[in-house]
Amino acid sequence: MRRAFPVLLALALAVALTFLTVPIVAIFVDSSPAELIDSLGDPGALDALWLSLRATAMALALILIVGTPAAYLLATRTFRGKSFVVTLVELPLVLPPAVAGIALLAAVGPSGILGGAVEAAGIELSLQTAGVVVALTFVASPFYIRQAMASFAAVDRTLLDASRTLGASEARGFLRVMIPTAMPGLVAGTALALGRALGEFGATLMFAGSFRGITQTVPLAIYDRLGTDFESALALSAVLVAISAGVLLSVKLVHGSGALGGATG
Amino acid sequence: MAVAAALALAGCGGSDEARLVVSAASSMTEPLDECSSDFEGADVRLSFAGSDELAAQIRKGLKPDVYAAANTKLPDELNREGLLSEPVEFATNELVIAVPPDSDVREPADLARPGLKLVIGSESVPIGSYTREVLSRLPGDEGERILANARSNEPDVQGIVANLTQGAADAGFVYVTDVTAAGDRLTAVKLSPELEPDVMYAAGVVKGAKQPDKARAFVDGLSDGRCADALAKAGFGAP
Repeated sequence: MRRAFPVLLALALAVALTFLTVPIVAIFVDSSPAELIDSLGDPGALDALWLSLRATAMALALILIVGTPAAYLLATRTFRGKSFVVTLVELPLVLPPAVAGIALLAAVGPSGILGGAVEAAGIELSLQTAGVVVALTFVASPFYIRQAMASFAAVDRTLLDASRTLGASEARGFLRVMIPTAMPGLVAGTALALGRALGEFGATLMFAGSFRGITQTVPLAIYDRLGTDFESALALSAVLVAISAGVLLSVKLVHGSGALGGATG
Repeated sequence: MAVAAALALAGCGGSDEARLVVSAASSMTEPLDECSSDFEGADVRLSFAGSDELAAQIRKGLKPDVYAAANTKLPDELNREGLLSEPVEFATNELVIAVPPDSDVREPADLARPGLKLVIGSESVPIGSYTREVLSRLPGDEGERILANARSNEPDVQGIVANLTQGAADAGFVYVTDVTAAGDRLTAVKLSPELEPDVMYAAGVVKGAKQPDKARAFVDGLSDGRCADALAKAGFGAP
């Protein structure tokens, strides 16, 4: 009996590992490296990759600039209704992508409740790259904000208090003490948001459409090729897996394996 | 055991009747939903998507009982590959320009106006290839100028309709049945007969279907029976 439990644990891990890795391994087994490189020569695929990288970078910039101070506030203050606010911020995490897409349409789409205001401001979102950025930002930001909140909350407050007693303003303490100390967690949050943004499909398709070089990100290009060119769909998938795995691995290598565990909170 | 129980739960449909899985092009969503709810002798499960995506699923080993596509090319291909019975042509549709009711688009040439936002089907789905067929028949570089106004290549008809009804696009190429289904939110601009492509729908029984007899009955019913009536009511033509 004493021996049975560890065996059971190992068995559970083996099952989980097999289930999670076999589909990913299959992507690489089913497409030879030569085919992979070949299908990347397809200009549509390169456009999709370039667009995905650009839109993801823009979304991440927005997320970091707004999300970092917002997460700091949520982590360091207590106020009435805070858990309600946190729930609202986290909601897109559990929202199905199709719901996110239709919600964005209903909010800032051409006939959405804020559509008139967006148009009056001279901003065109639907069927434009800007719409892709909005969709990616919407679905990916909770991943960053959650992790950033946990990291800020875990910083030893005596550090910040010490900087305050030495006469530093809160803004200075935030920039000089909190951000550097919470950095591993912030980087981990950025990596999670990046992975989510890179893989976004449903909200992008519904809100921004699918057009080569403008709104067709890699996941949309994969879907577009599913019926006609399975090999190139596989090759593009392999590239996405490689990028995501690369990001995940480099974060772990740079900041130790705890960085992405979420255990910082 | 928990895993087995979960899988059993996921696979359990709850009906004693034999289940007939029908993969059909999304343009037939409403009529097929309507006519197959009380199909005799089987509990019909409909799976709607772009015809090409459904064909790809069959090629990858997914086995519905019936495949009904928005063209004859894909069923013919599957038939040649030994994956589908001899396809039966059961309905026709008509390609039109769909616009919001207040639009001033009257003919294809209007679509070439600079700044007009056009939404069409992706080249890989039937609606997209029919659209390109029409554009290639236009005189001079008109087709190219229209294509330059395309802002999205949607993976199925529903995406085109949604962009139009949401006001994201000014015009799109869809089937006349989609305009009928959208009620007063869309208006159809008909194409002249020399531009109009032959839009023929064809269906067949998938090789290895679990219910081959019922599947055959369903396919026959698309040309003659309740489903044929529902298709006619939705604006489809007889082949």
